[in-house]
Amino acid sequence: MISHNSPALIPLISLGSAIALPLIAFKKKALAHPFTLLVSFTMVILSFYNIARVWQGERITYHFGGWLPPVGIEYLLDPLSAFIACVINTVAFFVLIHAGGILEREVPHRTVPYCALILLFLCGANGIIITGDVFNLYVFLEIFSLAGYGLIAVGERAAVVASFRYLILGTLGASFYLLGVGFLYIVTGSLNMADLKRIIAVIPVNPALIAALALMVTGMALKMALFPLHGWLPDAYTYAPSTTSALIAPIGTKVAAYVLIRLLFFVFGIKITVDTIPLLDVIGYMAAAGVLYGSLLAIAQKEMKRMLAYSSVAQIGYIGIGLSLANPMGYIGAVLHILNHAFMKGALFLVAGNLRNGSGHSEIPRFDARLRKKYPGGMAAFSVAALSMIGIPPMAGFFSKWYLSLGAVEKSNWVMLAVILISSLLNAVYFIRIWERVYLIKGNEENDDTLLQEKEPLILLVPTLILSFSLILLGLGNSFLVTKIIARIIPPGM
Amino acid sequence: MSNFAYISVAILLTLGIYGMVLKKNLVKKLIGMTILQVAVIMFFIASAVKGGATVPVLDERLGIPNPIHYISPLQHCLMLTAIVVGVATSGVAFALAILIYRRFKTLDEGILLQRMGEK
Amino acid sequence: MRRFRRNIIILMVSKMVAPYIMLFAFYVIFHGHLSPGGGFQGGTLLSAAILLMRLTAGIKLGERQFKRILGTPLGSLGVLIYFGVGFLALLWGGEFLNYAYLPFGLTPEKLRYLGILLVEIGVGIAVAAILVSIYDDLLEHNNE
Repeated sequence: MISHNSPALIPLISLGSAIALPLIAFKKKALAHPFTLLVSFTMVILSFYNIARVWQGERITYHFGGWLPPVGIEYLLDPLSAFIACVINTVAFFVLIHAGGILEREVPHRTVPYCALILLFLCGANGIIITGDVFNLYVFLEIFSLAGYGLIAVGERAAVVASFRYLILGTLGASFYLLGVGFLYIVTGSLNMADLKRIIAVIPVNPALIAALALMVTGMALKMALFPLHGWLPDAYTYAPSTTSALIAPIGTKVAAYVLIRLLFFVFGIKITVDTIPLLDVIGYMAAAGVLYGSLLAIAQKEMKRMLAYSSVAQIGYIGIGLSLANPMGYIGAVLHILNHAFMKGALFLVAGNLRNGSGHSEIPRFDARLRKKYPGGMAAFSVAALSMIGIPPMAGFFSKWYLSLGAVEKSNWVMLAVILISSLLNAVYFIRIWERVYLIKGNEENDDTLLQEKEPLILLVPTLILSFSLILLGLGNSFLVTKIIARIIPPGM
Repeated sequence: MSNFAYISVAILLTLGIYGMVLKKNLVKKLIGMTILQVAVIMFFIASAVKGGATVPVLDERLGIPNPIHYISPLQHCLMLTAIVVGVATSGVAFALAILIYRRFKTLDEGILLQRMGEK
Repeated sequence: MRRFRRNIIILMVSKMVAPYIMLFAFYVIFHGHLSPGGGFQGGTLLSAAILLMRLTAGIKLGERQFKRILGTPLGSLGVLIYFGVGFLALLWGGEFLNYAYLPFGLTPEKLRYLGILLVEIGVGIAVAAILVSIYDDLLEHNNE
């Protein structure tokens, strides 16, 4: 029964648990977080089971309600969706372990609704990844977005305004996507992705089809925070609670990037997106501008979470550059960067959470050598993740930038190559700022009791270390990942 | 004038986006967002209409069931879901607006951004 | 905020009208597959009937009809009915929401009919409870 239903089980289990959580934790509120952790662990196991089923390149489909496509809704499990689902569920699991230590402090008296919203968020993210129907994707997109608005709004004082702005812009993006689905249905008469691919390949290109493509891509670019549609991101990541930032930053923008990959390469196909209209070029230049903008603005920030937020804008730009190159190397670089960035940003936001928990703030001008004495483990995790973001081998970040650069060279696109190299230097600048304050400046031996805690609790330290040292493992094993998994999901026609 | 429905959808979309972007009051932005969602719903419904067809409930007076006599019901079902999503989004948005008013005592975006900056 | 004062006309009319609104709401829920209506629409009407009493008679008297604390658990229960029907079909061999595999021992057509009816009832309960709880939460800070 599990193998028959396995594509659909991951969103279903998280949905059922999210609904049952208020009933289960009605009397005993402390049950909420352990139950969430258990469900997340089950989702990790199921996603590894799924990828074990499909990694040879096969595709497994699941028909809801027994109705066959194109009439019914179909869930599609192919190596790309299984791979991204694995990445997302693993990062979420470690972030949830970390949440166990700080949930009571960050969202007092509201842990039950908060955990239910986390489960709904994960349900929406997994549903977007596994579904094979464009309207079902809109439904899960809204589940995922609404849970995100709620998760952000319980943060600091200004978090409600950040969440409100995210709501307005997110609904704008989702409505554009829905309008695009409407145009697509009028032109093709089908909502199933495999069916759409068949039909779009044979019909003549007409303005309605181009309008559908443009609207869907704009909507998804808004959710992905591709420059210049990134306005909601800095405030939302900064003012949210630490767990929310560590969940949304690795996962939120990546699922939108995944939807772009599906739409651009698997549904519409290279013939339209490259040859007929220069859509990929536009995305590429917007992404390149975003990379430079994000890196430059990150240098100017005084607060660590805000700096990481602008850095995320830059990293999303890398994924956009990889997609716009439209050759196998660039595509591999983009997908590998989805994996690497999820782990890197997850680790960095967890470090920021630890610093806020330990010293009550994460403002960079106030960092000094006490941090390296009191929190050696946390700063080590920070250092490994920062080296990976800059792109130093053998950390994983180097390899995704390597593939992106190879793709740019293959296409003789020297602008992109220059952008990738310059931004790596800019990344180095804003991390060296923190290293200088923590490691290089001598601390004076005054009293250290301004720090709230003596050393980091284990429950906060271990997930951070796991996420950040697995970057070394991912870097060393990246040839296995590329040749065995990612190379099998290169879209047709590249 | 056979495109009358689509032209009005375009006008509603413009009004909605104008409201969301250019108005300073948060509630007016929400009204703009609702107009935008309604415009998208109208677009789908307008695309379901066929000339000379009736509501999609089987009618024996029309003889053997033939899809040419009934309008397309799929867009209507999709829009039921979209309406529910719109209601949920409005619920969350108004709850956030009430919370913003209680905390910052204003609903004007310019003053809000100033007050957000101070601690 | 003006002090709440009860008006006898409004109170009488709403006391007489609210049961009929509720009856119409149940009609809309149960006939959703044949005429316009269904779970969500009927649930909204049901919540309107409950909220009418809260608006006209005040929260304290309105609570006698539908307690405030019931909002979230009933909402969860309604969605769990929906999810449970679908999951029951999954456990008995079919896919999720494939009502023909429900273990009630009727023909597949009747089983699909029954499945949709149960799902609509669940959705109706959930929507009504959640809309009432939205109203209650927004007014939590004001007394009367």
